[in-house]
Amino acid sequence: MKYTQELCPIIKKQQLNKTTFSFTVKSEKAVQNMNHGQFANLKADGKTLRRPISVCEFSRDEGFIRFVFEVRGEGTEIISKKSEGEYLNILAPLGNGFEINPAERAVFVGGGIGVPPLLGSSKPYGENATVLLGFRSKDAIILADDFRANGADVRIATDDGSFGYHGFVTQLLAQRLDEAECDVIYSCGPMPMLRLVAAEAEKRGVRCMVSLEERMGCGIGACLVCACKTKAADGSVKYSHVCKNGPVFDSREVIWE
Amino acid sequence: MSRLNVNICGVEFKNPVIAASGTYGFGREYNEFYPISKIGGISCKGMTIREKAGNPPPRIAETPEGILNSVGLQNPGVDHFIEHDLPWLREQDIVVIANIAGSTEEDYAAIAEKVNRSDVNMVELNISCPNVKAGGATFGTSPECAAHITSVVRGKCPNKPLIVKLSPNVTNISEIALAVESAGADAVSLINTLLGMRIDIRTRRPILKNNKGGMSGAAVFPIAVRMVNEVYNVVKIPVIGLGGICTWQDAIEMTLAGASAIQVGTAMFTNPYAPLEIIEGMEKYLEQNGIGNISELVGGVKLW
Repeated sequence: MKYTQELCPIIKKQQLNKTTFSFTVKSEKAVQNMNHGQFANLKADGKTLRRPISVCEFSRDEGFIRFVFEVRGEGTEIISKKSEGEYLNILAPLGNGFEINPAERAVFVGGGIGVPPLLGSSKPYGENATVLLGFRSKDAIILADDFRANGADVRIATDDGSFGYHGFVTQLLAQRLDEAECDVIYSCGPMPMLRLVAAEAEKRGVRCMVSLEERMGCGIGACLVCACKTKAADGSVKYSHVCKNGPVFDSREVIWE
Repeated sequence: MSRLNVNICGVEFKNPVIAASGTYGFGREYNEFYPISKIGGISCKGMTIREKAGNPPPRIAETPEGILNSVGLQNPGVDHFIEHDLPWLREQDIVVIANIAGSTEEDYAAIAEKVNRSDVNMVELNISCPNVKAGGATFGTSPECAAHITSVVRGKCPNKPLIVKLSPNVTNISEIALAVESAGADAVSLINTLLGMRIDIRTRRPILKNNKGGMSGAAVFPIAVRMVNEVYNVVKIPVIGLGGICTWQDAIEMTLAGASAIQVGTAMFTNPYAPLEIIEGMEKYLEQNGIGNISELVGGVKLW
């Protein structure tokens, strides 16, 4: 059985900024076959649909999973009101995740609430990871110290220039690729950002993996609602599904519309 | 014999709980939560004669106690199903129902012929999909069209019990049920989704790229109960009840309204184990009330 429904006690809750929350939960079953870049479907009490939330980091040995998410609507607001000691009902681990090869020189590019899944994914790379993070402004910055604690070279861009580089994270990416070699780019964030990251990667001939988002139903590939247009190696175009075929795709497969 | 054992159109079900078409794929995904052989049957994802790409996203929107979807019958085509999914499904000890759809009479005839020669146990004729432009629901909204397409499929598919799935987006569902019964349907299933729409007040655009979609989930349950009861009261063939069933209490209520079996769909998005919990709850209810078999409750509501 690949999937588990688990009631996970919340062992640590933090509010990272006005709208972003971090929940660390204890897990015995779901964590066992989890990979970086996967997600869980979190139950929001009273709602029909669960909320897909990416795994920020996890430890099999210590038996925990950490979720960092933004309150965007009623569902995430309901989840955010849970307290330490209460339970999160999760379906996990879902989706494919990132392929991790710490011998490679990797660049991680995250934008806004797309940053969390890159934390656990970049950790195995230690100092081999460059982490480029983009936020609207200084108060939206999350997890920068967590990335630094893992040894990564962390660079930050803000849209309004209130912290770090004044501009887009994709400009930091171009700078980094000018400086030194890179084997692979991992990216998660808003679609316009991902599109620019994919274009930069293609221009430089660097492999690029992007983590996508779409409104979901079942979360496991049965209901087919979270469609995204992809092209196969033979050029044929079809609707893949973010929950099962993704959320991580090779950027060359994605049709950017 | 189990209290939940039922026979519908000559097909034995170990329990009357069936996964509803479009919510359970071809069973493989949920088999990663529990062996799908625990449930009575699976109505497979709606299939067409050729592969279908489906509608552009977003395809789902949440509603109070429910959802709207506009998948648009994305499916790999019936040949792919027969070759890749059916052999696996037949090994799972579960009644396999092929849900078939089309946009022309010729398509319906062609797919009916294919499933007739296949290993499926039953066929569910979808004349009520609200999410495809041509065909789909238009076949299901007048008694004449519904009867015509039923008789076409009946003629091409003589070897399989034929269930016709009815649309609730009609003025008088009993008339349609009677029409398909007289055209040769062996059973009817109802209700398919109700047409709905939601608008994002920030963008002033519909949430669904298809503008409208089919509504399902707990919110539609009372409508489904009423329609199942109306249809049960006029037809002689078995009625399969679906629409918003989430709990075993809902399943018993639907049975009392007239359903010989029930289908569970949207509830599984909240709780993938919903069908198993429903089976367990029904079993206990029958035991506690000293009822030998669920069939004794079918249509048991005493109307005022």
